[in-house]
Amino acid sequence: MEIQRQVANYMEQVMDACILAGRLMIANGSEMYRVEDTMRRIAQNAGLKEPVIFTTPTGIFVGLQDRPLTSLGTVTQRVLNIEKISRVNNLSREFAAGQIDFYQLYAALRDVDRATPTFPLWLQCIGAAVASALLMIIFAGQYDWLDMPLAAVSGTAGYLVAYYLGRFTKVYFITQTVAALACGIVAYLGVRLGLGHSIDNIILGGVMPLVPGVVLTTSIRDLLAGDLLSGIARGVEAILSAIAIGVGIALIFRFLM
Amino acid sequence: MPLWLQFFAQAALSFFATMAFALCINVPRRALIPCGWSGLLGWMVYWVLWQLGTGRMLANAAGAVVLAFSGVLFARHYKMPAIIFNIPGLFPLVPGATAYQAVRELVLGHIDESMRLVVRVLLVAGSIAVGFMLAQLLGEFYSRYLRARWRRRRRT
Repeated sequence: MEIQRQVANYMEQVMDACILAGRLMIANGSEMYRVEDTMRRIAQNAGLKEPVIFTTPTGIFVGLQDRPLTSLGTVTQRVLNIEKISRVNNLSREFAAGQIDFYQLYAALRDVDRATPTFPLWLQCIGAAVASALLMIIFAGQYDWLDMPLAAVSGTAGYLVAYYLGRFTKVYFITQTVAALACGIVAYLGVRLGLGHSIDNIILGGVMPLVPGVVLTTSIRDLLAGDLLSGIARGVEAILSAIAIGVGIALIFRFLM
Repeated sequence: MPLWLQFFAQAALSFFATMAFALCINVPRRALIPCGWSGLLGWMVYWVLWQLGTGRMLANAAGAVVLAFSGVLFARHYKMPAIIFNIPGLFPLVPGATAYQAVRELVLGHIDESMRLVVRVLLVAGSIAVGFMLAQLLGEFYSRYLRARWRRRRRT
């Protein structure tokens, strides 16, 4: 009896670790096949022979083929944070290679959210500024170097607004719209003050750190890989965020010009 | 601007833009510069093919194939998962800006222009995804071939 209880207990812990790993990977923007692969590897290396894993962008299910055990996990927020994905991946590999045992893996997984370093905000802002300025030129296809500083400022404004607003509200749509609005206002004021001339290009650069290009591509990759549900869910998310940004900018075009 | 100068300008722009975006999505410090390289490779393949007049879909798919392979190579060399190099490297190629433009045109009432852009978004995103799939497939064949050769050698 006692042994059986211990076994069941251990299985529950393994499944919980799987859920944790999967949730971390989905919440930080991994593709689905990679998520399922990592979860399956953790489960099999921990001794569960036939795990049944089903993942969607909003929730994860893990069960066992021959036992009445199932665990669920929900994913509420999805962002892009590569370092967390890579940390989960590395942990699962170390576990597979026998460098850490299951309890170390479990503890480390619970610690990933807290222990992963992020770049300081000012560095992220510089990143957003540089990305906006350079991509404006790549995408607009015209080499108007003079508009670069304004695009950088506009991109930083949008990024900062999205960052701070993202802490207050979890409603993705509002965050993106207001951030795009901030981008547009900065670009509009700058052009009015004579700091740049092509407002179209400047706004295009400014919204660059916000637009859902990567999510859109991931969604189609999921669809092609056969994860229909997650492909559709991610695609809808990307479309919503594109609509939010488009609406924010269209407000500027409609009411200020 | 002469074409060779444009080439270098595009290369520098895509390299630094990818690195800058990698800062925003919290790529591990060690991987920042290889991320820049993979962004450069993907974008330059696209740009050169586009200049040669192959059309948008083929250029994007080829860029994605090269990007995926460079991701695998960097992953081996730096002992990190390939996704670290793929996601930032995609950044210059993906049609995020086009998606935003499509919605903007729609809201402003230019329906025809907006539909044109929507179709372009779907085509570009689809061809990038196909490029990635192709690279994955080729990689799998190659590793299977290597494994088979290794087995044969061990037997003889």
